Amino acid sequence: MSPIEKLDNGLPDGWELVVGLEVHVELATKTKLFSSSPNRFGDEPNTNIDPVTLGLPGALPVLNEQAVELAMRIGLALNCQVQPCTFHRKNYFYPDLPKAYQISQYDQPLNVDGHLMLPGNVRIDVERAHLEEDTGKSTHFGGTSGRIHGSEYSLIDFNRAGVPLVEIVSRPDIRTPEQARQYVNELRAILVAIGASDAKMEEGSMRCDANVSVRHYGDPLGTRCEIKNVNSVRSLGRAIEYEARRQVDLLETGGSIRQETRHWDDADGRTHTLRTKEDADDYRYFLEPDLVPLAPDAAWVERVRAALPVLPAARRAALAALTGADIEGEAVSVVVERGQDNYVKAVVDAGGEAARALVWVQQSFADEGDSPRLPAKDLATLTVMEREGKLTATQAKTVLGDMLAAGGGDPAAIAASKGFEALDTSAIAQFVDDAIAAQPDAWAKYCAGEEKAVGALVGSIMKASKGKADGKVVTALLQERRGS
Amino acid sequence: MFLRRVVSMAEFPTVSSIAADVAAGRTTASDVLDAHLARIDAREGEVHAFNLVMRERAMAVATDIDARVKRGENPGRLAGVPIALKDNMCTRGVETTCSSRILEGWKPPYDATAVQKLAAEGAVFVGKTNLDEFAMGSSTENSAFGPTRNPLDTSRVPGGSSGGSAAAVAAGFAAGSLGSDTGGSIRQPAALCGLVGVKPTYGLVSRYGLVAFASSLDQIGPFTHTVEDAAILTEVISGHDPMDSTSIPQPAPDLVGALGTGVKGLRIGRVADLPKGADPDVLARLDAAFEALAKAGATIIDVTLPSLSFALTAYYLIAPAEASSNLARYDGVRYGKRVAAGDINTMYADTREAGFGDEVKRRIMLGTYALSAGYYDAYYGKALKVRRLIADDFARAYKTADVILTPTSPSVAFRFGSKTDDPLAMYLCDIFTIPTNLAGHPAMSVPFGTGQNNMPVGVQVLAPTLGEATMFRVAAELERAV
Amino acid sequence: MSQRLTAADVAKVARLARLNVSPEEVERYTRQLDGMLDHFADIDNLDLASVEPMTQPYPLVNVLRADVERPCLDRDEVLAVAPAAEEGRFRVPPSGGLDG
Repeated sequence: MSPIEKLDNGLPDGWELVVGLEVHVELATKTKLFSSSPNRFGDEPNTNIDPVTLGLPGALPVLNEQAVELAMRIGLALNCQVQPCTFHRKNYFYPDLPKAYQISQYDQPLNVDGHLMLPGNVRIDVERAHLEEDTGKSTHFGGTSGRIHGSEYSLIDFNRAGVPLVEIVSRPDIRTPEQARQYVNELRAILVAIGASDAKMEEGSMRCDANVSVRHYGDPLGTRCEIKNVNSVRSLGRAIEYEARRQVDLLETGGSIRQETRHWDDADGRTHTLRTKEDADDYRYFLEPDLVPLAPDAAWVERVRAALPVLPAARRAALAALTGADIEGEAVSVVVERGQDNYVKAVVDAGGEAARALVWVQQSFADEGDSPRLPAKDLATLTVMEREGKLTATQAKTVLGDMLAAGGGDPAAIAASKGFEALDTSAIAQFVDDAIAAQPDAWAKYCAGEEKAVGALVGSIMKASKGKADGKVVTALLQERRGS
Repeated sequence: MFLRRVVSMAEFPTVSSIAADVAAGRTTASDVLDAHLARIDAREGEVHAFNLVMRERAMAVATDIDARVKRGENPGRLAGVPIALKDNMCTRGVETTCSSRILEGWKPPYDATAVQKLAAEGAVFVGKTNLDEFAMGSSTENSAFGPTRNPLDTSRVPGGSSGGSAAAVAAGFAAGSLGSDTGGSIRQPAALCGLVGVKPTYGLVSRYGLVAFASSLDQIGPFTHTVEDAAILTEVISGHDPMDSTSIPQPAPDLVGALGTGVKGLRIGRVADLPKGADPDVLARLDAAFEALAKAGATIIDVTLPSLSFALTAYYLIAPAEASSNLARYDGVRYGKRVAAGDINTMYADTREAGFGDEVKRRIMLGTYALSAGYYDAYYGKALKVRRLIADDFARAYKTADVILTPTSPSVAFRFGSKTDDPLAMYLCDIFTIPTNLAGHPAMSVPFGTGQNNMPVGVQVLAPTLGEATMFRVAAELERAV
Repeated sequence: MSQRLTAADVAKVARLARLNVSPEEVERYTRQLDGMLDHFADIDNLDLASVEPMTQPYPLVNVLRADVERPCLDRDEVLAVAPAAEEGRFRVPPSGGLDG
């Protein structure tokens, strides 16, 4: 057995963090999972309701085909097996649950046994991704201390009841808070790329619960606690860090972990026990008699698979290969996230220099969206001019700024109009020698090994050359003169 | 005061005769309705078939139909026919209570599909009929609003749970009615009241808008005086409904056409290992029915259904389990009765205590127990397997028989209070009807003479899945022969 | 006769089902339900190991609906029959700290 890599999990030596994530995702369908009311956020309360949504006597569920399509997309994008499946009733009482049962999937879910890759070639297995219906929304009023008794109440809006959800359950393979964040970010990128959901944690279209436990390396799994009410990726990391620490502290002082659900409070930065109910709920799962089994045929599965877009991981790999950049680096990640990798490819196809193109797109295209207005060939020309030494990086940035503002342009013409031209190496060498002569103290310090002293020299060279000396060339010449 | 009489088919006008007369202009929907309302006024006080008589609405519909007939429009296959609806079927804007306090006064915002289908054919709804609360019972003694009395003998029950729908037709308050059947709740009251009662193949009639009792067993079906009427009503309410996922994806079958073809060459199954419990007078009429069919050219074949003796057990684990889940929605949050409280769980419990009757509570508890952690495999899980055994038994039997004949009810209509002390005694009323609900097959009860105390006896015709045409064929022959 | 169902079971089940039961009812239901379960024990000795559970009376699969909007219920009609409504929403007492 290979030695366990000591990852940065924020815990004292010897402690391993074990996390599994349950992510609920609202699907981007037009209508609800089992009825034809709109699946829409933000409408007036209780205007997107029907007998099925309200759990009226006599109402019956009918499964939304598009929800199945999107659920399969999610499963296939996560490398799952799509299988024949059934629906079950999960029975419990809560005012935002109109039928007093939720239709979900129990022992035969639609998608099983997938995985998702994180940076560093870390694989997180996905146990299942199944369909279920969402509940309504309760808003609580009153109840702060000092209020008169009886002034607490809740108001329920059933617009959200019946909205299609896919619950994605990972295996407990996550080992650091950062991995948890990466998992959620990557999952989100995939969901958006395949059009299954807009997956916004802040709006509730993606919700994350974390199952957290700790153990000494090599020990069996510890008792886990489920953490709810995490509303952002950042909070997820903080909540996991806090909870893991809480558990370690408890165990190190001789206590034991009680398996329970805990509520994350972002304001005070801690998890809290939910007031425990008298009896743990027995959900009495049984097969939903009002629905029939779902068994997508091989042809349907293949159609969904074939229609999947290139996923973020594959796009990053392609971009890294094209540009020689680090596949796990920020440039690749940011550009793919923005959907601008195709644009970079277009620039390269138009003869542009790949590495420069990537840098410019990362740095200057933040507001351009996935279809930048600037014609690829124009950026291509700019990168070639840089590579050929006709423009310094600084000059190119200025030219690019103009081009972006105008939505296009001829870089050579713009450069000429600004009087930009890069100096050739021998001209730069003259400026370098002049600076060495004019600042003997700085030069001596630099030769003695004080790297910072180069600043004064470079500054005067730039001034003297009116910015036309390429910084990289200057540095190289100085180093050469120094003999290092 | 007892009122004894044998109902003859000529006593009250049939669905088909009313429809024909109204369409031909020989009578008007309003006149037909008036006659029925007069009978309601005369006897409803003692019979209590209805939770609600829809007098004004019915009159408005009848008037509208008459206007359309006058204009030469086709007002529908059932134009002017007074129909009663069991009060567990949603009728938009009209109270639908399931004879329970928890839904007292509740008006649905939508119509059940079966109701819509009848309305589209011009039916005139005269009222919502009484039932055992949430369809749980075999005598209509479990209604929160008082029992219904058998119009043929008001000291006796009309059967249940669709007792009100049966009584309404038996007393001539409506020409036909709809009931629901989960374990026999159409067929048994039909037998006790001398009517034809049909439970179609599961999935043939949409359950959308039928307040669920046991989702995998419930079906809607008609009560009528004649087999032909039953065929007509079954045709009208059948057919695929996209609002019900369990609805069979086929159009309504042609049943009226099957009626006159006789039974020559048909194989009629006699269950050699029929569960004990039927009274001798009932068995005598069953024998007579076999004789009649044999005389008419059918062959009598012995079949065995060894798992039938376990049907009651399977049913009383499956049905309450599904019911416990279906009735959880009655929580006082969105509709129906609410007993106010300071916290939600007290509100739930107080509301359900005040809203549910004894039998309903008992079945919810039994069902909850059968599903609960640690007991699922022993009870609900096992019952589903027994269900498979029963279905397999029928499948085997139907290889050698086209239909099967059994008693419908073990006895004629019994007196009020005679079975209410022991719930199990009441459950035994359904031993012959339950198996077909478990198997999902169609079955119907046909009146076939009388038994003790001159009360009617029904004979049950069972057929395989979607075998309604053959079933009606045999029923029509029994009707001719009685 | 061994008891299959105890009063404690009945009380627990009643809580699960949100039903109030008085002590008298607990005693009565325990007796009645225990009697029923005794009767239902006839299936205990059946050999069901190789029997598939029957979950559907009619074998259908893949019943689906197109993702098309249809008219909704009128909120006023619905809230008019609600036990308690406020600001277009259903009003209920608090849930005592339980989180959904």
